[in-house]
Amino acid sequence: MRTLITPLATLRDRGRAMSVPQKLATAAAGAAAAALGATALEVRRRVADSDASPGSGIDLVRSVVARMTTPLLPDDYLHMINPLWSARELRGKVVEVRPETHDAATLVITPGWGFQASYQPGQYVGIGVSLDGKWHWRSYSISSAPDRAARGRGTITITVKAMPEGFMSEHLVRGLAPGTIVRLALPQGDFVLPDPPPAKLLFWTGGSGITPVMSMLRTLHRRGTMPDVVHIHAAPNRGQAIFRDERVALAGTHPTLRLVENFDDEHGILDVSKLEAACPDWRDRQTWVCGPAPMLEAAERHWESAGLGQALHLERFSAALTASAEGGHVVFAKSGREADLDGATTILEAGEAAGITMPFGCRMGICHTCVIPLKKGMVKDLRNGAEYQENQGVQTCVTAAAGDCVLEI
Amino acid sequence: MTVMQKKAENPVAHLSARDIEDLGLELDAIRAQVIASRGEHDAAYIRRVIDAQRKLDLASRAVLLFSLFPPAWALGTAGLSVAKILENMEIGHNIMHGQWDWMRDPKIHSTTWEWDNASPADMWKHSHNELHHTYTNVIGKDNDLGYGIMRVDEDQRWMPFYLGQPLWNFINACLFEYGIAAYDLEIAKNWAGRKDNAEFQRQRKAVLGKIRKQMTKDYLVHPLLSGPSALTTLGANLTANLVRNLWTHSVIMCGHFPEGVQTFAKKSIEGETRGEWYLRQMLGSANISGGKLTHLMTGNLSFQIEHHLYPDLPSNRYAEIAPKVQELFERYGLTYVTGSLPRQVGSAWKKVIRLSLPNGFLANLKSARRPVRVAAPAADASGAGRPFMERIAA
Ligand SMILES: Cc1cc2nc3c(=O)[nH]c(=O)nc-3n(C[C@H](O)[C@H](O)[C@H](O)COP(=O)(O)OP(=O)(O)OC[C@H]3O[C@@H](n4cnc5c(N)ncnc54)[C@H](O)[C@@H]3O)c2cc1C
Ligand code: FES
Repeated sequence: MRTLITPLATLRDRGRAMSVPQKLATAAAGAAAAALGATALEVRRRVADSDASPGSGIDLVRSVVARMTTPLLPDDYLHMINPLWSARELRGKVVEVRPETHDAATLVITPGWGFQASYQPGQYVGIGVSLDGKWHWRSYSISSAPDRAARGRGTITITVKAMPEGFMSEHLVRGLAPGTIVRLALPQGDFVLPDPPPAKLLFWTGGSGITPVMSMLRTLHRRGTMPDVVHIHAAPNRGQAIFRDERVALAGTHPTLRLVENFDDEHGILDVSKLEAACPDWRDRQTWVCGPAPMLEAAERHWESAGLGQALHLERFSAALTASAEGGHVVFAKSGREADLDGATTILEAGEAAGITMPFGCRMGICHTCVIPLKKGMVKDLRNGAEYQENQGVQTCVTAAAGDCVLEI
Repeated sequence: MTVMQKKAENPVAHLSARDIEDLGLELDAIRAQVIASRGEHDAAYIRRVIDAQRKLDLASRAVLLFSLFPPAWALGTAGLSVAKILENMEIGHNIMHGQWDWMRDPKIHSTTWEWDNASPADMWKHSHNELHHTYTNVIGKDNDLGYGIMRVDEDQRWMPFYLGQPLWNFINACLFEYGIAAYDLEIAKNWAGRKDNAEFQRQRKAVLGKIRKQMTKDYLVHPLLSGPSALTTLGANLTANLVRNLWTHSVIMCGHFPEGVQTFAKKSIEGETRGEWYLRQMLGSANISGGKLTHLMTGNLSFQIEHHLYPDLPSNRYAEIAPKVQELFERYGLTYVTGSLPRQVGSAWKKVIRLSLPNGFLANLKSARRPVRVAAPAADASGAGRPFMERIAA
């Protein structure tokens, strides 16, 4: 994800959905603009010269105010009043941390300016948190349902399971104080519920893999049009099943929603044969699967071998990085930084450690946000050992140096 | 002053190549300690300074809306001057050095920061971080020495042009931000036809664009906003920029100009080791002594020696490592040049005046104020130090 948003472009996106504080701010700015007839005219001319955009009224105000604040932008001052009033970067305020199970919690986040309320159920966001002075980023599926009626003033939720020795997840679940300001990356991902949904669906989830599917279920519930859904959820036991009460209640409300629960402690691991038994018509259903890596692999094999790969949608929370490269001396050409890398460190991590603002999204090889041109040398994909030669874009989040290389950033 | 290598009494003659490498390792260890302990406390510091600076800037500009009223003018001008100084020094200079890049905050980052100064960040980073910090005090390589318009060393041939250098220096001080921009543009080099012309045109455009924006803000937009106080606000902004220019020029002069700071011959840095590089930074910089406020207002360039040893460590940590660095100077028998701001500014100006005249003309001025020698050179009977010296002689 790119935290550095071209300010004007962002503003254009936002032109339509302005909040009250924004309106106040722009009103104040408008008064200032009035005092600046000549400058305003010039700006208007320039705006007209460049491609016309729907939000040009605000553009105008903003570029006038920017003349007062240069080299800073108006937002640099505005977010001193309210940390969410910044279009230069997406921010959010954690308003509540709600425990779900003993090792999972839901974070309720009020996004600041520039966040699109119109995310699709199933998408994820990047969350940046400052821990001991340093920003760290991870991806989390949005567990709430998009609320278009809230028109940008609503909240989103993410639900995090604390991983043993997990750096960020532990902090989010147990250490994050309500009121904390986090950074956000725009929702992305194509593990989404189509609109309108297919007539027959199967959701197969395990552990924290429930989160994107919960957003889908909540969306279907809100719309009041629950199609024929079978939801199979696996958890270690009743107590660790996230959102259990709500899911049971939903199944009670909607006769077309059938919930199948598998508690590993009681029933043993849920494998594909059990799955077939629980949902005999699985071949007729569009299927969404999210959970631990072995579960995803089993599903992939099963559907592929039935020739039904098209009907299967997978969401991975982590990539299995098993290959290794030889490492080498890496030069980040534009920023003038360099580093000596081993064969297990990804280019993305190395760039961040060298202080470069690297673009990224999922950090696990699915979204391609992190692609950077490789100018010289070779990198190796840590998932499968594939090698990439110079003069092409490479996914920095899953590749390591295979010898000395130069990257164009 | 003479380049160090030609001096009768060479200040590093007592150090062997081995000593110099050991010194380098000890300095590396200090650096590693700071890096390992950077954290929330430091991050909070820079965020606090940025926040305070922005509030001061806003408040001063608000007061200046009523600058027709003399106390408002005085208060607003003083506040704005301080805000501009903080923005350029403790904030801008240090962020652009990458001192805060470790926070991975894209808004407080050397690659994205732009400052309230005529020189665009990119160009300044090149001439300052890459040239000045690499070639510190190397005659003919480090443009910061005299900015190409002054004679800074006895070895430079005297020309009648240099008679005017106290005046050139003063004018440069008043217009310092433009001076920096001009010299980041390497105008002299371009005149001499040594700079790629297309590149020069691109940079020239960038500088003029930046200057236009800065001037529009200070000399058009804010005065107009002040309505009846337009003219007095214009005056206030001019004054604040002047104060900022004079202040930053003085602080920067104190860093490498006072008596006792060494300069180096071009040859001496060929094949320089890490230890030797450190040594050059130690001998080529001077500190300013003072309290917390002095350090803040100089952007901690009052710890110029520490800054040159570790340009990318967070500035709030220089005070903490200074005693350790000073202890190394003592142990290795080197001179830690330091003095109060007035003393160092005076010393630098005396040198500018002395060198405006042919060598030996004002011999009495030279001895007026010698830096305190923190420690006597360690006795060294073994004839050590030869390798370093030999290479210099070669
Ligand atoms: C698209 C997407 C959506 C996601 N959605 C969610 C979601 O909704 N909910 C959710 O909880 N997570 C989600 N994740 C996962 C999330 O991004 C993080 O990867 C997860 O929270 C772990 O981060 P961490 O910093 O705690 O772990 P890290 O510190 O990054 O560690 C990663 C893994 O290594 C293990 N580990 C760490 N240290 C050690 C060690 N010393 N020895 C052995 N093992 C170790 C950890 O247990 C963990 O499993 C999603 C990921 C993606 C890509
Ligand atoms: S960050 Fe998503 S593919 Fe690399």
